[in-house]
Formats: sequence, structure tokens, C-alpha cells
Amino acid sequence: MKYKLGTLAVAGLMAAGPVMADLVFPSLSYRTGPYAAGGIPFADGYADYFTLLNERDGGIGGEMIQVPECETAYNTEKGVECYESLKGGGGLVYQPLSTGITYQLIPKVTADDIPMLTSGLGRTSAKNGKVFSHVFNFPANYWDGASVAIKHILDEEGGDLSGKKIALVYHNSAYGKEPIRTLTELSKKHGFEFKEVPVDHPGQEQKSQWLQIRRDKPDYVIMYGWGVMNQVAVQEAVNIRFPMDKFIGIWWSGSENDVLAAGAGADGYKALTFHNVGSDYPLYDDLKEHVFDAGKSAGAGDQAGTVIYNRGIYAAMLVAEAARTAQEIHGVSDITPSQMRDGMEALEITEEKMANLGLPNFGPEFKVSCENHGGNGFAAMTQWDAEAKEWKLISDFVQSDQDIVQPLIDEDSAAYASENNIEDNCG
Amino acid sequence: MFYREAGDFSTTYADDQQTFPIKFDRYRYYVVLFIAIVVIPFVINDYWANSLLLPFLIYAIAALGLNILVGYCGQVSLGTGGFMAVGAYSCYKFMTGVDIWWSGELLFRLPEFNIFFSVIMGGVMTALVGVLFGLPSLRIKGFYLAVATLAAQFFLVWLFNRVAWFYNYSASGQINAPERDMLGVLITGPSTEPWATYLFCLFFTIVCAVIARNMTRGASGRKWMAIRDMDIAAEIIGVNPLRAKLTAFAVSSFFVGISGALFFSVYLGAVEVGEAFGIQKSFLVLFMIIIGGLGSIFGSFAGAAFLVVLPVALKVVGVDWLGWPTDIVAHLNLVIVGGLIVIFLIAEPHGIAQLWRVAKEKLRLWPFPH
Repeated sequence: MKYKLGTLAVAGLMAAGPVMADLVFPSLSYRTGPYAAGGIPFADGYADYFTLLNERDGGIGGEMIQVPECETAYNTEKGVECYESLKGGGGLVYQPLSTGITYQLIPKVTADDIPMLTSGLGRTSAKNGKVFSHVFNFPANYWDGASVAIKHILDEEGGDLSGKKIALVYHNSAYGKEPIRTLTELSKKHGFEFKEVPVDHPGQEQKSQWLQIRRDKPDYVIMYGWGVMNQVAVQEAVNIRFPMDKFIGIWWSGSENDVLAAGAGADGYKALTFHNVGSDYPLYDDLKEHVFDAGKSAGAGDQAGTVIYNRGIYAAMLVAEAARTAQEIHGVSDITPSQMRDGMEALEITEEKMANLGLPNFGPEFKVSCENHGGNGFAAMTQWDAEAKEWKLISDFVQSDQDIVQPLIDEDSAAYASENNIEDNCG
Repeated sequence: MFYREAGDFSTTYADDQQTFPIKFDRYRYYVVLFIAIVVIPFVINDYWANSLLLPFLIYAIAALGLNILVGYCGQVSLGTGGFMAVGAYSCYKFMTGVDIWWSGELLFRLPEFNIFFSVIMGGVMTALVGVLFGLPSLRIKGFYLAVATLAAQFFLVWLFNRVAWFYNYSASGQINAPERDMLGVLITGPSTEPWATYLFCLFFTIVCAVIARNMTRGASGRKWMAIRDMDIAAEIIGVNPLRAKLTAFAVSSFFVGISGALFFSVYLGAVEVGEAFGIQKSFLVLFMIIIGGLGSIFGSFAGAAFLVVLPVALKVVGVDWLGWPTDIVAHLNLVIVGGLIVIFLIAEPHGIAQLWRVAKEKLRLWPFPH
């Protein structure tokens, strides 16, 4: 009997453990906790894209793909546990979708020679590949977001912001604090008054913050929020009758989940994005045929076409293309994490490539290099149409103010390099 | 059959007063120590260290600390997370060199402490802060004290978020443990060997446990227990409540501070105060001692092991073996922990430690219970 149990356990392990020959793209997801509203669609999009590649093309370069999932609940301790447990399975690239976990993993992935992609999140100065050899944050980062938001406000105000008041409502964590430096610099450059309004984790209670906003009467409010904090903030803004078209969220504060709860009042709320919205792409036809209709959707399968789901698709597409690039560079289909890193550093996204993948006009063109791990910082503005219940792209993709952002990146990465004795990786 | 005193003669007072007076128990303890110190470092890998052993050892220290305060001295505290944060931030300041400013000018900067002494200083600073927040315990008791310590929790988290000096003015407001070594072996930073971090934490855990054990069965522990059982009676028989309560707060906070320092520097490496040391942490450590057993050193270890291992075990069984969706398993974990707390409070208020005591009694008579 004992023997039998033992073999059963071993057989179970063999069946569940990843087969080593596959390409493994671990998904550090969070489907529970106060941030699940963002975590679920992203994880679904990420998994569905890889399912599509498996079903339609037989993987990448003939290698099947595995997406082992690990629940982090947006919690750094669990994130570390997930990273360690998935590391043994040969994960090619990590996308934690949490700035806190990203900070935790930056030194670890560098030591373990595994790349990490933090599109539009994480440590902004990781754009400097000379210092952060294994961390990528293309196509845009938090400071690009702050700068593009200000550019949008400049357009609205006819190019002059002197004497205006802009408030930043932010998640009081490493994530929310990221844009403060950029906005402070921008306020000096454009002469507006900048106010910080922190909201503590998880952000279900924001009465006092919005009371402060009602008293201070800022001309614009920018929000860096995530999870349940977004919905509460939008509702509170509606409650104090703040003009919604002067309320701008970062790309993590602009999904359907964040505005639907506030109903018609949320109409006109704006949010940034670094990729296009909607589901009107050829890729969705393939997804419908091979994934949705085949009953292979991840999760509940009800997220297709939402903003964050699209971001999951986009994130999966970027790493899949990077894996393809790595296969080309090294001439092997079964790549290692180290080869994957080379592929990410040589990644080039062109409009032609995106169109071939079924995502025309979906995201910006960019080329990664050893020095630039962060793309070119293009972002666009979207606006919520409460009647049609959809996000609409209302501007072109514009580039952030590189005169402000780049020196800050150089400064912050230099500080990290000197703290950790890092030599120039590209020299 | 086991745990029998028969044939085990004490010939000196020292023999009679040792921690494990029964020979079988003593040898079992030596075997555990031997495995922990000599065997595990050779078989440990990153996964075992970072997912199970380090959190277990570190939470065990925190649980020991809280157990002294709540289990032995009867002073309810919900400020454990905040006190761990004090330990973590003091450790960070001492390992990067404390800088003292006065009206915008740098007065002086202490040299960077070795990681070992930084951790100790984390404990010392937390002990001071703990005594400060323990002062109200002389006037308020029970629920009211719990609320006062809850205030400490929120105040400390707010303080470390608000005052940039504590995180050395970094843009993200996080503290990152720089690479530090002890005797040439890396203890913090990403390139550490699992055996080194494990042994470092193990050392602190063993020392803390020995100190805690000996304090609780000595004069100070008896005073704490007298205060716990009935403070007026204790005062009448000559226990100074001021000293007894404040020493309990100091010793407890010292341990909690050590665990906070290790939690930040050795285990996580980077910490954000609201997320790592929030009210959740206070509850987690409190659950550990409730499930493990109030007023028991073994209970602190059992509770920490239980709450560290349970989620990982559930995940391995549920996700890796049975292939259930990750969110179902995560929710199941919450349900099970919550259910267990209720069950323990009703069925076994003295926790796993009491189960162990009963098991020992049974083993003593086994296999001839009559």
C-alpha cells in the first residue's frame, strides 16, 4: 500500500510538473484580493494569447508553450514565493504586474539571469539598460505617463499652465510615488502648482482625500491608482461633482471595472493608454475560433475586449515576439532564460509585424537596445463613454517630454548603480 | 514508553533545573538541533529557504515575542506589524549609516554597522519604542490596551511612509537592503547562498528561543504570569507592575524588532511599509500564537510553522497536483485558516502546544495505558 501511494505521488508530480522541452511563460497573477479587478483580465489575456499560439501555430517556432500560474494576491511575500517555486520550472520571463513585487525581483532576476518585463509599471529607471541588464519596461513607463498627461492638459489649456493647480491622487506605495519627481519637475517647467494627495492601501476609504480636493479646487486631477482604489476614486469624484473630463487616470486606472460602478456620472473620465482599445482586430477572430469557441478561455472567459485584457494580450505578444527573436539569434528553438534576455534586448516592433500578428494599429513602434530597455515613451488618451459603455481613443500616440524624463532616469539609475556597484553593461 | 522519568536520576540542582529534565525529551531536542544546524544547510535550496524555512524562522521569532507579551504577561497587542517595521527601518538605517541632521545640516553620520549588529540594533530600537507604547498599559487594560497598540500600528506605518529620512529619501519610498556580508559570507542582497541566510536566521531564532525560555521560567517570567493571572494580587504579593509590564513590552518588542529586521534584510530584501508591515501582519502573528498556544515557547514555533506551511502546502496540493484554479485555492486557504481559528478557539483554546502536551502524556503510557 505504501509503495502504491509513493508511486501515485510521483506520477502526480510527473503529470503536473512542466515538461522541460516546452517554452515556459510563468504568470504571476492575482485573481484574489483588492486588486483582482485588474489582475483577472490581465491574467486571462496573457493566458489566452499563448493558448491561441499553441492551438493555431503549435507554439512558437515549433515549441509548445506552457503558462503555469501562481497566485500572488498583489502581495510581495507571495510574489517571492511564486518566483522561487516557478524558477525551478524554467520560466523564461516574468511579468509580475506589481511594482512592489518588481522591486523585490529586480536584484533576484539579475542574479539568476532571467529577464523580467514590466510594461508600463515597475521601476521607471529600469529603462536604462546599462544599469538594469535584465529588466525591461517597454513601451512606456510611469514617468512617460505623467508627462503625456501634462502634455494633454497643455493642449486643453492652449499651451499655458501658469497659475493652474494640478493634484495627484496616488496609491501610497512605491507605485503611486513614482510620478511625483516627474510632476515636480514639470510643475517647475510649466509653472503650475502641484499637490500630492496620497491614498493608503487598499483605498476603499477616500472621503477625506476628496474633501481636500473639493476644498482646494484643483483644475485637474491625475490619478495613479489600482484595484478597488480606482472605482472608489471615480465614485467620489462623481459625488463631489468634479468635472470628469479634467480627471485623468494613468493606464492602470482606466479599465471598464473602474468606471462602470459609477454609472452615467463617470462619463467623460479620461485615462492614458500605451496600446489601443476595443476588440476590432483580426486577432480577435482567431481568438474566437481557436480559444473562445473551443472552450479554452482562461478564467471565466468574460473579459475579452476589455482594456486590461487587451493589455494582457499585448504583454503576451511582446514576450512571444521576443522569444521568436531569441530563437532567430541563437538558432535554437528551445531557448533558455539567458537567451530570452538577448531576444528581448534585440526586439523590434514594427507596424508591419503587428499587422501580421493581427493587431494593426494596436501599439507603438519601438526598438529595444542595450542602452534603451524602455521604448520611446509614446502614450495616448482614452475617454470613457458611459452611454456606449466603452473606452474611446481621443488622441494620437504622443511622445513624453524626453527633456524632463531622460535626465531623471539617468539620475535614478546612476543612484542604483552606485548603491549596488554595477558597471556599465553595454560598455 | 516515551517521555518516562524512570531511570533518569538528577544528582545536582543543575540537572533538576534544566529546560528538558526528561532524557528522552532532551535527546529529541538535540536531534532537532542537529538536523537544523548540521543537516539542513547541506540540502537546502533557494525554494526551500525562501518559501518555507526563512519565513518560518522569522515568524517564529515574532511569535515568541508576541507570546511573551500576550501569552505570558497578558497584555493584548495589535501593534506587532508596526514594531516589526521599527525593527526593519532601524536595521536599514544602521546598515547604511545613521545620519543625524539639524536644521538642514548634516551633524554627523555613524559608520555602517555590520549586518549582525544592524539586526541587533533593530531589536534594541524596537524595544525602546515598545516601552514607549507600553506605558499606557499601566493605566489601561484589555480591549482598551488593544486599541492603544492598534494606534501604535497605524502611527508607525504612517511615520515610515511620511518621513523620508527613514527610507534615505529614495524616490519610491521603499527600503532596499544593500549587499552585506558577515565574515566574508554574503547575508543580504540577491547573490546570497540559501545556507548562509538560513544559518543566519537560525542563529537568531535559537538564541531568542533560549532567552525566551529561560526568562519565562525565571523570576521575570513568574512576575509576568502573576500580572497576567491577576494584577492586583500580583501587586499585593510584591510584584512591581510598572517593571513587570514594561520589561514584558521591552523583551517582546526586542524579539519582534529582530524578526522585522531579518524579515526585511535577509528574507525580502526590499520592503514597502504599508504593504509588508500593515495590520495584516499584526493579525497574522496573533493568529500564530493563538493557534500555536498562548504562553508556550513550543506553541510559538508550532503556530509559525503552521501558518507558513499551510498556504504553501495547499498550493502544492491544490494547484500543482490537482490542477485547480489558483484563485479557488487562494480563497480556500482563507476559508481554512479562518475555520481553524474558530475551531481552535472552541475546541482547544490552548492551541497546538496543548495537543502536543496531551500527546506526550499519551505517549508516556503507551502502549499500556492502565
